[in-house]
This record gives sequence, C-alpha cells and structure tokens, in this order.
Amino acid sequence: MALIVDLAAQGAQMIVVLALAPLLLGFTRSVKARLLRRRGPSILQPYRDLLRLLRKEVVLADNASWLFRTAPYAIFAATWVAAALVPTFATGLMFSWSADLIAITALLGSARFFLALAGMDVGTSFGGIGSSREAMFASLAEPAMIMIVFIVSLIAGSTQLSVVAAHMLSHLELRVSIGLALIGLVIVAIAENGRIPVDNPATHLELTMVHEAMVLEYSGRHLAVIELAAALKLLMYLSLIACIFFPWGLAPYGAGPRDMAFGAVAYAIKLAVGGFFLALFETSTAKMRVFRVPEFLGAALMLGLLGTLLLFVSRSL
Amino acid sequence: MKSLRDAMSNGRHVEQSRPWPRCVVDHTSWLRAVREISKGHGDMLSLWSDGADVHMAILDHESLQIGIITIECPDGCYPSGAHMHPPALRFERAIRDIYGLEAEGSSDRRRWLDHGRWGVRRPGAGPRPCAAAGDPYDFLAAENAPLHQIPVGPVHAGVIEPGHFRFSANGEIVVRLEERLGYVHKGVERLMVAAPLERAARLAGRVSGDSTVAYALAFAHTVEAALAIDVPRRAILLRALMAELERIANHVGDIGAICNDASFSLMHTHCGILRERVLRTARTCFGHRLMMDRIVPGGVAADLTPEGERTLRALLSEAGKLIPLFMRLYGDTTSLQDRTVGAGFLRPELATQYGCGGFIGRASGRSFDARRAPGYAPYAEFSFPIGAGSEGDVDARVWVRFDEVRASLVLIEQMLERLPAGPLLTENAPASGETLEGAALVEGFRGDIFAWVRIGATGAVERCHLRDPSWLQWPLLEAAIEGNIVADFPLLNKSFNCSYSGHDL
Repeated sequence: MALIVDLAAQGAQMIVVLALAPLLLGFTRSVKARLLRRRGPSILQPYRDLLRLLRKEVVLADNASWLFRTAPYAIFAATWVAAALVPTFATGLMFSWSADLIAITALLGSARFFLALAGMDVGTSFGGIGSSREAMFASLAEPAMIMIVFIVSLIAGSTQLSVVAAHMLSHLELRVSIGLALIGLVIVAIAENGRIPVDNPATHLELTMVHEAMVLEYSGRHLAVIELAAALKLLMYLSLIACIFFPWGLAPYGAGPRDMAFGAVAYAIKLAVGGFFLALFETSTAKMRVFRVPEFLGAALMLGLLGTLLLFVSRSL
Repeated sequence: MKSLRDAMSNGRHVEQSRPWPRCVVDHTSWLRAVREISKGHGDMLSLWSDGADVHMAILDHESLQIGIITIECPDGCYPSGAHMHPPALRFERAIRDIYGLEAEGSSDRRRWLDHGRWGVRRPGAGPRPCAAAGDPYDFLAAENAPLHQIPVGPVHAGVIEPGHFRFSANGEIVVRLEERLGYVHKGVERLMVAAPLERAARLAGRVSGDSTVAYALAFAHTVEAALAIDVPRRAILLRALMAELERIANHVGDIGAICNDASFSLMHTHCGILRERVLRTARTCFGHRLMMDRIVPGGVAADLTPEGERTLRALLSEAGKLIPLFMRLYGDTTSLQDRTVGAGFLRPELATQYGCGGFIGRASGRSFDARRAPGYAPYAEFSFPIGAGSEGDVDARVWVRFDEVRASLVLIEQMLERLPAGPLLTENAPASGETLEGAALVEGFRGDIFAWVRIGATGAVERCHLRDPSWLQWPLLEAAIEGNIVADFPLLNKSFNCSYSGHDL
C-alpha cells in the first residue's frame, strides 16, 4: 500500500511539473506584457503553441542524421527526469532518493550536450554559432553550479535535495554562504534558461540567438518537445531555488493529503513569485554583449568559491 | 581647388536645367571632377543615367554650389571613377545593370541590382529577355584557416526587408561584411518614364514608405524648379510641418527599435506608444498616418484644420514632456549604455568621403543638413540646431536622433505660429512644349534625398532619378562592423537603419 501511495505521489509530481511548465512560461510572458503596457496573449498560449507544433509536420534537412531526430527526445527525457527529482510540493518522494543534486546537474549537462550536437548536425551557420556560444556559457555555468552544490552540501551535510530541504527548514539561520549560493544559483538559472540579459527568448535576430539558434532548424513535434523541455528547465530551476532556499510549505516524507495539498498551494505561490520577479528583472535590463556573459557567469563561480571558502573558514574557527 | 569648379563648368551648358547648372563635359573633365572629389574638394551627391548619358551631381565644398556634369556615352561606355572615389562603385554597377552602360576600367564587374531574376537584362534601355535563373555571385573571398563565413538573409527570422549579408568571421569577431542588395527592386525609374506628373508624384512617394513625405517633397521640388512654379506660403509651411512630423515619428520609432535590439523592451514600448501618437496625429491633421500623397507638385493636397492644429499642439506638449524622460531612461540604463557606447564606430574620414548624410554622418562629425545648405524654404527663417557628435558609435547616433527630435518639435511649434491662411496649391503650368529639367536635395530623416527629373514637351516625366541617402550609407555599415562581434550586428544595423526599398529602387 505504501508503495502505491509513494508511486502515486511521485507520479503526481512528474505530471505536475509537465503540466505546469508551459503555464509558468505563459504567466511570465503575461506579466512581462503587462509591465510593458501590452495586453499580451493568454497565459494558456504556450499550451496552444505546443498543440499547434505537435499537429504540424516535421521538416527535416536532407543531411540531418539520426542524432538530429533523436536529440529532442533525449533532451526532453533528461530534463523531465531532472525536474521530477527536485522536490516541488513534497520532499522524500520515491525517485528523490535515487539521485542527488550532482545527478541533476549531470542530467541537465547531458541534455545540453545533445542540444549542442543537434545544433551543429545540419551544418547551418546559425546552429554552429548557437552551439559554440552555448558551450562557452556552459563551461562557466557548470562549475558555478557545482560550487553551489558544494556550499549547500557542506551546510546540509548531503547533496540529497530532500535532506537539504529538511535541514534548511530545521536550521533557519542567516548565513553569508547561503546568500552567496542563492545569488550564484539565480545567475546560473538565468544563463541556463537563456533569459535576458544572457539570451533573449523572444528575439527575432538570428545573429544574437543562443538557444534559439540551436533549435532554428527544428519544426513540428521535434520543436514542440524541445520547447516543452525548455519550459521544464525553467520550472526546474525555480523549483530548485524554492526547494533549497525557501523550503517552507514542503510536505515532509510520508505526509498526508492535507500537507500535500498545502505543499501544492505553497509551490504555486513560489512559482508565481519567481515568475513575477523574472519578468520584472527582464524588463529592467538590456541584454549583455556576448563576451560579457562569461564575466557574469564568472561572478557566479566566484560567489560559489567564496561561499565554500567562508564555510571552511567558519568551520575551522 | 579651382579645378573642381572648372571641371564642373568646363563644357556645354544645358539651358533647361534648374535650379543648378548642368554641363556636358568630356572624358578628361569627368575624370578630373572625380579626382577633385576624391581629394575631398567636393561631395558626389549622386551618379545616375537617363539611358543615354551619365550624370553626376556634385556639391562643391568651396562655393557650396551644386552642379551636375554629364558625360555622353555614344559607345555605351564612360570612364569609371570608382578607383579614385569608391562611393561611385555601386552607382556604376547599378547603371550597368539597368541601362547597360559600361563603366570603363571598373574593378568590380559583378552585377549589383540585377540578380538575373528579372527575366530581362538592362530594363532601362533596350531590354533584352533572358532566363530568370539567377546569377551566381562571387563574394569576396575570406581566406586562411580560422575564418568562416556566415550567410544571413535575404529571408530573416523577423519580418524585415530583404538583404543578404555575408560575414567572414574569426569566431565571433567580424573580419569582413559584404552586403548584397537589390532584392526589392521595383523598377521605379522605369515606371516613371512617360508617367504624368500626378502619377509620378505618387510613385516617388512610394520609393521608401517611411520617407514618403521626404520623397514626395523632393519630387515636388524638382518639378517646381523645372516648371518654375511658385508654391503658396501656407503650403510651404505645411510641407515642412509634415516633413518634421515624419522625422519625429521615424526617429522615435527607431530609437525604440535600437533599444529593442539590445533586448531592452521597455524603451521600445515607450517609443512605440509615442510614435503611434504621432502617426494618429498625422491622420487627424492630414488624413493619412504616413501622410502619403499629401504633398503634390505645386502645393499640398491636405489642409490643417483648427481641430488638427489642436491635436498637433497637444502632441507637441506631450512629446516635449516625454522626450526628456526617454533621454534619461536611455542615458541612465547602464546595461543599455554598455551595449551602445563604443559599438560600431564609423570613422569621420569615411563619413566625409562618402558624403554620408543624416544622423549617421552627423554622429561622425559631418555636420551636413540639406535644410541648412543648400537649404530650401521655409527653413531659412527658422533657427534650429543640427544634431552633432563626433564619437561615431551607436550611442552617438542615438543622441543625434534625440537632438533632432527635440529640434523638430520646436520647429513645428514655430511653424504653427507663422502658419498663414491662404491657398494650398498652385496649378501646374500647362505643358510648355519644351524639355525641362529640375533637381532638388531634401533632408529626409535618414539624410539628404537627391531627386532629378526631366519633363518632356507633353508635360509628362521623361526621366526621373531618386537617390536614397542609403546609397551612401550602406557601404559604411560594412566598414563600421569590422572588428565588432557578430552578435552586435543587428544593433549596428538598426542604428544605421538604411532603407532597402529606397536603395533597390
């Protein structure tokens, strides 16, 4: 019986992230439109877009290899699993014990690896540009992410997100390192999701694109799957930030339906707040020059290092 | 220095040319004039053909006089001046494409406007059918191992005009950019042939939609010069008013678009709203958002009603309040300044060599404004500042545009003060039975538009030439992007905002 409940809770989480991801995107776009005094499309528009893309035929380049056709599914699968591993409304879900933060980072890394390969597969210049820029950003974003994982695990004594969340809840205290880790993770999240000021998801300028350049040759269901994966990634990062730094309301392991429901409400509120701040930040800044991005990400890496150092220093004292 | 004026007047004077003299010169004087221009003694305003001869409009720097020289091409060729004065190159290539007149000794034999898809060669003179299969085009080679090419366009990811850009890049750094234009060639010069004045004026207003007022004004000026028509004062002021409104609408829209290309959509929204207000005011005042076909040879076709004047005054006071706020938003947004300052530097020498007009030239230290010199009514009676800068980067171009918007707002206000009552239109004189020529230089928002017309004995247009400012600005974009990164090109391109339609004609 317990197994069934566990499975159901885990299944619910997987469905929830999948179902909410386009909504978060739609909400962020809608807030952004409002901030720019536009009415903007309905927040359900991303669902409609996905549906439209799924119904469309796939146009493949003549020289597209098997990689180009399979990469979208690999990317989607890796991202979905990563999103399923991050506690959203409840900790201690079934899959949560099978993988930790490092595994999540690795999953996202593999998704990016496939996307960069797919970008270069057809051999168009834009795909190549996008892949090269993505690789440049990733080479700084990933170490920064790992440093942040170090900080969190040094504090909580585990890389397991459920344990981290529980630890953060039980040891509410102000720590400089946690602040540094939060800022670092926000920077990484912005870069990883290709948001302003690193990349502009709404741009039509092919020469400035990063993520969009890599997927420029995709169409139909392939594009739908990639778009969904991108939406999942944004949701995942927001969930990650919420889970580590704002774990209030998370239903603990073995909690009843009431706690779960409360957790779900708290989760929805956290997502909305996160999406709102993302939109606010995006409207208030211009995009950086491409070569400025490594400095931006370098700051995240340095924050991570500094946070780790501070922890070591404060421990030994 | 004397020699440029000598070269310009050393030949057979053509009596019918107004307001500037036209001389038919020989081979030697033609080349001497080009050489003097290349030394910086004058600007080549335009180079064009009427099918039989080739003409060059020159602004002499010393006397500040404009003159036109003509070389006859009985053998279908004339001496190329591009090796001395590079700005002539694209004009010569275009003349060859449309009229089949060869520039002898030109180093670049590639076609420019003609991509081999018209199904006809040299449509301007003795069309010869050909297969519309498309010609291959040899882009300048990018050599050595680390360089790679990035072809962009003519179909872009956004809804913009078509143009092809071939980047040779070393990683992200642009080593060379080569443009290929001509995708929106409409054959306007050909359509003008034998068109009655009314239709020709409408055609001129459609060369480049965003500069429709400036084009219509330029064409009207040429006709009025040729036929010696006096325009009523109310019409003169209304025309200038429309031209300034157009300038404001375009500058404000473009400033927003530049910021949007740096992904700063807040500015884009603010500017978009103000531009829309300007366009709606134009509709209330003159019955058309872009004021298309409102300027006709002899006067204007729409009057400013008292209600229109009220709307216009309301717009002026609103824009007068908003523009300083926009300037502050633009100047205080560090992330935006980080993108625009220092990006896309255009060397002042190049701006001067190409006689680059408009805000691009003014941001690079070339303070030329056709409203001032040679000047046309009614601007002589108003004092207005010309935007100026010497930094030559994207930022400088934005500030020059802000300055011009503010100057235009003041100008409109002064024009409203002095707007007299009176007739709007002088009837065109009946066909005089002789061939007459007129030319004009009018300041559009991009820069000076040169127009030339020859009116036949029947009173219809025989030949017409309209030179968009972009002809002299597009080549400079190639120079300004060098050493910048590929990802900055859209921002640079937007800060130039050259016209594809006006160039491809």
